[in-house]
Amino acid sequence: MEIKIDENGYYGKFGGAFIPELLHPNIEELKANYLKISEDEEFQNEFKSLLKDYVGRPTPLFLAKKLSEKYGAKIYLKREDLNHTGAHKINNAIGQALLAKRLGKKKIIAETGAGQHGVATATACALLDMPCTVFMGEIDMERQKPNVERMKILGAKVVPATSGSKTLKDATNEAMRFWINNPDDTHYIIGSVVGPHPFPDMVSRFQSVISEEIMHQLQEQEGKNAPDYVIACVGGGSNAAGAFYHYLNNEKVKLVAVEAAGHGIDSGETAATTAKGSEGVLHGFKTLLMQSEDGQVTEPYSISAGLDYPGIGPLHAHLYESKRGIFKYVTDKEAMDAGVELSKMEGIIPAVETAHALAALDQFNFNKEDVVVINLSGRGDKDLQTYINFGNY
Amino acid sequence: MTNRIEKVFHQKEKEKLTIYFTAGYPRLEDTNTILKALDESDVDIIEIGMPYSDPLADGPTIQQSSMTALANGMNLNKLFEQLAELRKITQKPVFIMGYCNNVLKYGTEKFCQKCAEVGIDGLILPDMPMHEFKLQFKPIFDQYNLKNVFLVTPKTSEERIKEVDEQEGGFIYMVSSSSTTGGSWGDSPERLEYLKRIQSMNLKTPRMVGFGISDHAALKMVNQFADGGIIGSAFIKALNADDLEGSIKGFIKKIKP
Repeated sequence: MEIKIDENGYYGKFGGAFIPELLHPNIEELKANYLKISEDEEFQNEFKSLLKDYVGRPTPLFLAKKLSEKYGAKIYLKREDLNHTGAHKINNAIGQALLAKRLGKKKIIAETGAGQHGVATATACALLDMPCTVFMGEIDMERQKPNVERMKILGAKVVPATSGSKTLKDATNEAMRFWINNPDDTHYIIGSVVGPHPFPDMVSRFQSVISEEIMHQLQEQEGKNAPDYVIACVGGGSNAAGAFYHYLNNEKVKLVAVEAAGHGIDSGETAATTAKGSEGVLHGFKTLLMQSEDGQVTEPYSISAGLDYPGIGPLHAHLYESKRGIFKYVTDKEAMDAGVELSKMEGIIPAVETAHALAALDQFNFNKEDVVVINLSGRGDKDLQTYINFGNY
Repeated sequence: MTNRIEKVFHQKEKEKLTIYFTAGYPRLEDTNTILKALDESDVDIIEIGMPYSDPLADGPTIQQSSMTALANGMNLNKLFEQLAELRKITQKPVFIMGYCNNVLKYGTEKFCQKCAEVGIDGLILPDMPMHEFKLQFKPIFDQYNLKNVFLVTPKTSEERIKEVDEQEGGFIYMVSSSSTTGGSWGDSPERLEYLKRIQSMNLKTPRMVGFGISDHAALKMVNQFADGGIIGSAFIKALNADDLEGSIKGFIKKIKP
């Protein structure tokens, strides 16, 4: 079984472009140009040079000895938390901002949940002199205050999304509505592997630098370029898509996607889309979606603002459906405990999103020689208040 | 058999009025009262909105009416229950407007079958581009004799407009400008140019202009270049729950004096 996107933007039965006609020209323009531009040598040179000198890539692949000992495997941490702005989100933000410039766009909009994508986009826009507007749910603005201020310092305008449930889903709706109303000079930098085709593919490609580096680094450190497991948390799924990318069609590598179970899969307060979702269309693509029997999108719950999205990217929906991916579910408590464990054991405070990936280690019986790579998608600075409130340290 | 929509456009040349309302708003059981009042008013086509939690193409007024309708308990089973009496109330063409997800979740086949049973003439699903329609929906729509209305905008290419025309969707929904619903109208040379440009294409499908039309002057203006206008947000705003029938008839009289 080969995992790949088809010409209509489908991974298996998920994906596509369910967009209002109003956005059709924008999406067509993007579809016609994203590969041509992003594969161009000059673009690649500029992108790679910014990733190296501005973002700080390659990020290290760190063998976490104490963690390895505890879980009985060779556990490597791909340190995306060491990127400029503190998460993997910057890879995609810089890529798309460069692409938008080449498309002749003058302004950038973005949505953000936890604020990491908003900060990354605001940063890329400051660097590339592009005015930036970030839509953020009113509730998320409250729980991720430091990131709101960071975006403002970087010169971005932060617009509260006050419709619906006032979180990431609604921030995305508002960004799309703004794009509908301002189609000519604006590019919408979607922050995850979601949205209408070609966004999921484009974002995956910009994030694929992660798995590309893992291959080289493992070759150097282990004498082989593929691990036995790659583990990553999934909200929309961009860090997971980036960490899985070069291994999608290497079936020896187990791809583990970890979703937020919130208070428990059956608690009614969860963001575990693959466990609780069904086929549906949201934000311009077909995927697995948390929704009522009547097709109304329901509000997910997670302690992590970055994981409480009611859907997942179409690639991940396909990985789930085809069983190519292994999906695990981690509660708030398990994630917070794993976050504190990593902090105390290895001296790294992970983002609460990332802590979900770490908590899944408990759910495996590894062999001692297994090479496990966990994508450490972001650092926990922004989540200090969440850690303090939880108080489990 | 000539269907209802074709009949309307054959009756007289132009100046058709389509009114949109959100099912379950202002109150859950208002659907049939609104349908009856619209039937008795100078309205040619009726568009019933299926409320959706994430209506991307809609501005604040319709978003809010959808939220209220959902909070009132509106859902598709309820709507089809209410519409069981539809063809006793009106013989005007009735379209359902909504978003793909509701149809998919309900089951496309079951949804279309229900529409056909109660006498719906067609659907308007703004997040369903033609490509997806042809890929997944068309055979089912055809089986149940449902029209699918496509939207075009000032940025839609001539080639694509011709493709829309070929689909014979009952009418073409011309979005007045690049915007969500309920935007402002005002003088716009670009809009005029757009209306004239499409008019000169001599399409076989009738053209109705929507988004941003809120008064008689705007409707009169689009009537010069298209077959009529579609009013949604302004109508929703005008609804008075205490005098639903009076507020509807009063609104239509102001629009079409």
